[in-house]
Amino acid sequence: MPAEVAAAAESVFPQLEALLPHVQKPIQYVGGELNSTVKDWDSCDVRWALMYPDAYEVGLPNQGVMILYEVLNEQQGVLAERTYSVWPDLEALMREHQVPQFTVDSHRPVKAFDVFGLSFSTELGYTNMLAALDLAGIPLEARDRGLDDPIVMAGGHAAFNPEPIADFIDCAVIGDGEQAVLEVTAIVRAWKAEGRPGGREELLFRLARTGGVYVPGFYDVEYLPDGRIARVVPNRSGVPWRVSKHTVMDLDEWPYPKQPLVPLAETVHERMSVEIFRGCTRGCRFCQAGMITRPVRERSITGIGDMVDKGLKATGFEEVGLLSLSSADHTEIGDIAKGLADRYTEDKIGLSLPSTRVDAFNIDLANELTRNGRRSGLTFAPEGGSERIRKVINKMVSEDDLIRTVATAYGNGWRQVKLYFMCGLPTETDEDVLQIADMAMNVIQKGREVSGSGDIRCTVSIGGFVPKPHTPFQWAPQLSAEETDARLQKLRDKIRGDKKYGRSIGFRYHDGKPGIVEGLLSRGDRRVGAVIRAVYDDGGRFDGWREHFSYDRWMACADKALAPYGVDVDWYTTRERSYEEVLPWDHLDSGLDKDWLWEDWQDALDETEVDDCRWTPCFDCGVCPQMDTSIQIGPTGKKLLPLTVKQPAGSGHTH
Amino acid sequence: MQRIRLRYTKRGRLRFTSHRDFQRAFERALRRAEVPMAYSAGFTPHPKVSYANAAPTGTGSEAEYLEIALTSARDPEQLRTLLDASLPAGLDVIDAVEARTPGLADRLTASVWELRLDGVDPAGARRAVDAFNGAPAVEVQRRTKNGVRTFDARSAVVSLESVPTQDAQADRPSDRPCAILRLVVRHVTPAVRPDDVLSGLRAVADLAPPVPVAVTRLAQGLLDEETGTVTDPLAPDREAGAKEPQTAPATAAATAPA
Repeated sequence: MPAEVAAAAESVFPQLEALLPHVQKPIQYVGGELNSTVKDWDSCDVRWALMYPDAYEVGLPNQGVMILYEVLNEQQGVLAERTYSVWPDLEALMREHQVPQFTVDSHRPVKAFDVFGLSFSTELGYTNMLAALDLAGIPLEARDRGLDDPIVMAGGHAAFNPEPIADFIDCAVIGDGEQAVLEVTAIVRAWKAEGRPGGREELLFRLARTGGVYVPGFYDVEYLPDGRIARVVPNRSGVPWRVSKHTVMDLDEWPYPKQPLVPLAETVHERMSVEIFRGCTRGCRFCQAGMITRPVRERSITGIGDMVDKGLKATGFEEVGLLSLSSADHTEIGDIAKGLADRYTEDKIGLSLPSTRVDAFNIDLANELTRNGRRSGLTFAPEGGSERIRKVINKMVSEDDLIRTVATAYGNGWRQVKLYFMCGLPTETDEDVLQIADMAMNVIQKGREVSGSGDIRCTVSIGGFVPKPHTPFQWAPQLSAEETDARLQKLRDKIRGDKKYGRSIGFRYHDGKPGIVEGLLSRGDRRVGAVIRAVYDDGGRFDGWREHFSYDRWMACADKALAPYGVDVDWYTTRERSYEEVLPWDHLDSGLDKDWLWEDWQDALDETEVDDCRWTPCFDCGVCPQMDTSIQIGPTGKKLLPLTVKQPAGSGHTH
Repeated sequence: MQRIRLRYTKRGRLRFTSHRDFQRAFERALRRAEVPMAYSAGFTPHPKVSYANAAPTGTGSEAEYLEIALTSARDPEQLRTLLDASLPAGLDVIDAVEARTPGLADRLTASVWELRLDGVDPAGARRAVDAFNGAPAVEVQRRTKNGVRTFDARSAVVSLESVPTQDAQADRPSDRPCAILRLVVRHVTPAVRPDDVLSGLRAVADLAPPVPVAVTRLAQGLLDEETGTVTDPLAPDREAGAKEPQTAPATAAATAPA
């Protein structure tokens, strides 16, 4: 095979094809999804490879990647293709046969693109990024890259603290990506058109000086003798001290994805998803998403109806998902649910609200949601077992609210309620967690009473809490894996030991170990990069998958890699931070005022609640003035009108 | 209720589509094309689709069959065009007839397969084929969920021959040697698949292709025992349709409500 004469951007499909009969689920590597786009390589001058660094079945439905893919491909002269993590079976074959990391759209090598953009929903994708870079033939460390290597860019929620991967990425963009990728595209295009003056460094500098792209290489981190950070300073002039997040203000102007991808392979979410609003100001103190996506920006009821209509036509999905951080909080959620259920009565299209708060939920809404589809389980997230701990985390739902809601649900034919909790919240004691069992028993008792049936269930699902950057809990100590597991064990024993209700309560939990690794990566600094590298070199991949994750490997690598710095895993996870400490992400501006976060942290310790600024005066979190944004909510007072009569398939002419 | 039988393909890279994958894709295509599907009764209604004898994942096919039930009559050819447009290129709907006879599945008793052996010298392939055909039985093994199963791959084979390369449906030029085999095999239980015949060729003549063999189903239908050929399984429906006066679909189209 005359490999060396092949153009750099040529499809590797012929080589890949020969490997596919030997791997599991080969369909995930062939592309060809409905609504995918393959543009002519030579007629585009800025080319993006977009990666969700997890398996195809998880990555394909990701809304963020899908949105950027469409937004970029709509631009003239710009193309975007997608790539996902390959499973170890194919990775081994690709290494053996020298097949590089490829895009699924036209199977071009990732190295041939101008920008390699990775979307990190979770820190557990970091080792997969290294695997992809390595397979692509791109040097793992940014400083070793040359003019023809793509710019490696991180985005997504985890990018709000990109320090642990600072050595491996060229830059990071925080916040909403829709407009940001277009700004980056314009800068790359101009630089290429000028003949790439000043090389890679000049391009990165042009990106950095906008104030909206973080280039870790342009900042030096200085440390104190005790291991804490002294300061983070730009190492060249023209680079801003702090980098700002991006915020898209009018969601109706960005109705993406318009044509969601429909895979042939089975994936984790198969539905027509519409983001009905972005941001959340409920103020749950553990919730990074709620803090970093402020302010609340609603999509209008008519905008939603339009997206659902077009999206269903383009996909043929049988379910509509109304996405947001707390979907029942949309000011017109009742009219939206009713309007959609009315429209799609005959099409057997189901509606789902993936995130609903107990206190925003009502049975009319529930009935609209299940009118055309299946009456599956209801899921709520009280997060904490005791009233006290719910005050600490500012999740203001009372047990009365919950019992009232589930009573209506069981009374209206539901048989199954799922409750989500966290273990290891700040100030938490065994008693707070054991009250989860009492809550579940009260739910079952009420359920049996109102349904008159013994055949009802409640599932308690619980995992360890991981403190996240840019939240009031960013200073909090994380509970150790051993203590987390001990507490979960006690809860399990209490539930299982109950003669009267125990058999009606399911108990699902995640042990504390993965949370510690997530904690290390979440609040880590640049020194943690050496740990990620060591874990990758030792074969670590797919850390979000139980069967691939190895706690022992992470701990062994961390001990070795962190020792020279005089810090360890506990230092990053179970240690409480003080007010004065410079946090690794302080120079990344989410808009939140650090002093406000600190006050909120103090309020948490005092068990003082804070209201939602949508309905009460501003609490000065700082986002709106800092980012020049404002809350954008309805109601608009509009309703969804019935769709016009469809023309049935194959019915020939109409009159 | 009208039943329509369709013939479809799995071509090119979409031959890696598993049957489950195809089912989901097809049911979504039905929705996009707004086909008036009949649904099963029950807790989770499903559109009524009967799939017959799907080709294994990774093998191409020119001859897959299924049957759908509609609540109101449609013109089969118009329906075919719509569904074909709704499915990704490679999953192509190439024939449609209204069901007028029972038992489509019963008429699928054998398949014709083409096996393309890249990197294999045709003379060597012919010798292996002769050895296979000359053997009274060829024991092969297949790994299944329940362990390794040993069975005879010879008796289900109606014919196996090496065909000249230029006659085959060559879709890619190559300067390497390439042997093409044509296989007619009965549908028996447990099934004998092209893979098993390839294992048999290895067993009798050490034939070991250097790259994965490209396998394509060219036809499936009723085996004519005398000639050893496979007949079009939709032909009886077409013939029955030709004898009847043109009724249901044409009328329905003309009187469709505006």
